[in-house]
Formats: sequence, structure tokens, C-alpha cells
Amino acid sequence: MRSVTLKRWTWVHKWSSLVCTAFMLLLCVTGLPLIFHHEIGHLLGTEVEAPPMPADTPRASLDRVLAVARAQHPDRVVQFVSQPEDSNDLWFVTMTPTPDPTDDFRSVVVDARTGEVLAQPRFDEGFMWVMLKLHVDLFAGLPGKLFLGLMGLLLLAAIVSGAVLYGPFMRKLEFGAVRRGRRPWLKWLDLHNVLGIVTLMWLFVVGATGMINTWADLLIKYWQHDQLSAVLAPYRGQPVVPPAERASVQRSLESASQHAPGMELSFIAFPGTAFSSPHHTTFFLRGNEPLTARLLQPVLVDARSAEVTAAPRLPWYLTALLVSQPLHFGDYGGRAMQILWALLDILSIVVLGSGLYLWLRKGSAANAATDAAAAQPAGVSP
Amino acid sequence: MSRPRSPWAWATWRWPVVLALLTGIGLASGLFSDGGFGDALAGACLAAPAAAGLWFGWLRR
Repeated sequence: MRSVTLKRWTWVHKWSSLVCTAFMLLLCVTGLPLIFHHEIGHLLGTEVEAPPMPADTPRASLDRVLAVARAQHPDRVVQFVSQPEDSNDLWFVTMTPTPDPTDDFRSVVVDARTGEVLAQPRFDEGFMWVMLKLHVDLFAGLPGKLFLGLMGLLLLAAIVSGAVLYGPFMRKLEFGAVRRGRRPWLKWLDLHNVLGIVTLMWLFVVGATGMINTWADLLIKYWQHDQLSAVLAPYRGQPVVPPAERASVQRSLESASQHAPGMELSFIAFPGTAFSSPHHTTFFLRGNEPLTARLLQPVLVDARSAEVTAAPRLPWYLTALLVSQPLHFGDYGGRAMQILWALLDILSIVVLGSGLYLWLRKGSAANAATDAAAAQPAGVSP
Repeated sequence: MSRPRSPWAWATWRWPVVLALLTGIGLASGLFSDGGFGDALAGACLAAPAAAGLWFGWLRR
């Protein structure tokens, strides 16, 4: 590789890493407890489980479940209703002051069999909430998400440039060589290189899918504008259907299920909320196979008549978003996958931390490394 | 240390490519499976980069 080319790639690696490293360290550290959020929830007592009952226990009507939830917070409206992936014995009812997106929400967990309130967990406070908010949007909403997405893009640039530089700097070293001599920076340089190259693919995939996730809000807005506006044209100009004029939600659910037989409910978005229209209760159904369980089929049911208006297929960009999510969360392969995800996350923290250390330690470490590589191979760091 | 190689020499890239392929296979197989062989394959494949990192980083002296 020509010296000038090497210097250019070194410049890209150095500056893309330097700009994003602090934020990537934050994301790796906050992501670590999020990998085990279910287990931590059990430890903290915030996970809700349905009491065991015979499988054929009759289910309460969804309308009764909603009435029970509304009675807990009569000053709020229902935005979303969902069931956990692994149990249909619970309903999670999310209630907010208005249908608009907000962080001010209350959750009521209702037993799907008895219609009794089981818990009202607060998902908007505590350690895990702080970790989640720092990880998702830095407490800054959509601008925070998009900023982290930009940092993710820089991480990808740092990974690609790091891979390009790996070859020239490993010309005289065997794979995995870590020179543990008198100079600590050399050891950390080699560690940076070896850990960087072994985690390269994982970090690239997790970084890329994390970046895609930051665009979720914008993609949904675009979908509503691009594809749903034609479906909703007959309703244009009408206000949000008042709760008193809405049809039975249980009947609406049955209409949606009949329209897409064999699919299971993921969540329900109520009229006027970000995932629905002002005139529809939208049922998001999912498949039963490992991959199709990640894909959602929206069914728009007229909130007044409980009749299905449309069931548009999700566009490719939302399908890509949904498929990319498990690749970011690592929540699809059981406990072993969680532990490996955590290990790879910790190795990535060492890569980021060692890069930062090398830059602080040597000042212009990358330039020095470039010069060293031109003469004899060493390594590269941000 | 050994004799300098080309930056793109197979000897330099052999193990990084193998680990990247294993990682890719692990990520994909877990996505298309629900327990059983797919998850076991995902675990085994993703264990490779994690084990390589631990071995070369700390365990090997």
C-alpha cells in the first residue's frame, strides 16, 4: 500500500474513531445491562408474571381489560396495548395524557384471564430506564437518536478503515501477537489490533443495525406519508374518533384476526397515536416462525365500525428495520447468546478504551504508527 | 516476528476471515432458528471470536 494511501486511511481511522469513541463507550457500557434486562427485572422485582391457571381458563374480554385499566387512570387515554412474546396471559396497557408521543406514560398490567390488575410497573424511572434512555437517545428524543445514528456511522467508518490498516500493520506479526515488553503502549496497541480484528464482524453488524434503529421514527413517519395516506384519504379532515363513539376493541381484534388467520397479536395502537391513524385502531400482528415472528402485519380497523379498512404489506425498509433489531439486541438465541453478546461487548469496550488510551498516551499515535509501519510493522490506533 | 508480507497476504487475513465468516454464520443461523440446532450453531460460531479475543488478549502468555 502506498504511503500516501496509508496516511489517508490512518487519518480516516483516527478522526472517525476519536469523534465517536466516547459515545460508543457509553453505548457499550449502557448496552451491557440491557442485554440482561429480563434477568435484572426479575432481580429488581419489576418483571410481572401471570399466576399459573389451567390452560383452558376462559379469557376476559379486551373491552373489560381496557375498562379496568382506564379506571386506574381516568384522566388518561389508552395509547397501546400489548402482550409479552412468551405469554398471552397478560395485557400491558400504556396510558398517557393525550394520544401524542410522550415520555409521561403509565403502564397497567392486567390478567388476561381474570381481568384483574396485577401490577403498575414504572418503566420511566430507575436504573434500567436511565440505561435505556442513555442508550437510545441520550434523553434528547429524536435529535438524540439521530445524533447517535451519526456516531454509529462514524463507528462503521472507523471499523472499515481499521480493517484496511490491519494488513499493513500486521505484515511482520503473526495473528494474535501481543508484545508484552517494557512498553505498555505497544501491548495495548497489539491488543487494540487483535481484539479489533476478532470483533470486527460482530461490532460492524451491531453498529450498523443500531444505526438503522435510530431511523425507526423517521421510517415510520415516511411509511405513513408514503403508503398510508392513500388508504386514509376517505377520512381526511376528520378529527380523532372520540372514545364514546368507538366500537368494541374485542370485536375489532376479532375482525383483524379473521383477516390474517394464523397470526398472533404483537400490539394494538389506538386512534390518534403515532402508530395508527385518527380513525383506526391498528392491530400489529406477527407470524409464528422464528423470522416471521419479527415481522409485523398492520391491520387497520375502523374505530367506529370495527371493520377492516386495509392490511397493507410492510415496505422493504420497515421489514429491514424489524429484521435488523434482533441482530442489534442479541435476544434471539437464549442465554448462551446473551453471554456471548456480553463478552463481545466487553471486548469492544477494550478496543475502544485501548484506542483512546493510545491516543492520549502518544498524542499522535496514528501518525507515529504510520511512520513505523512504513519502516517496520507495528500497529494502528485512533 | 517473521519476514514482511504483503498487506493482503493470505497469511495475514486467514484467521480474521475465518472468524468473520463464523460470526456471520452465527448471527444468521440464530436469526432463522428457534432453539435446537440453529441456536447451537449460533452459539458455537459466536463463541469463536469471543474465545479468540479472550485467548490472545489475556489467557495466552
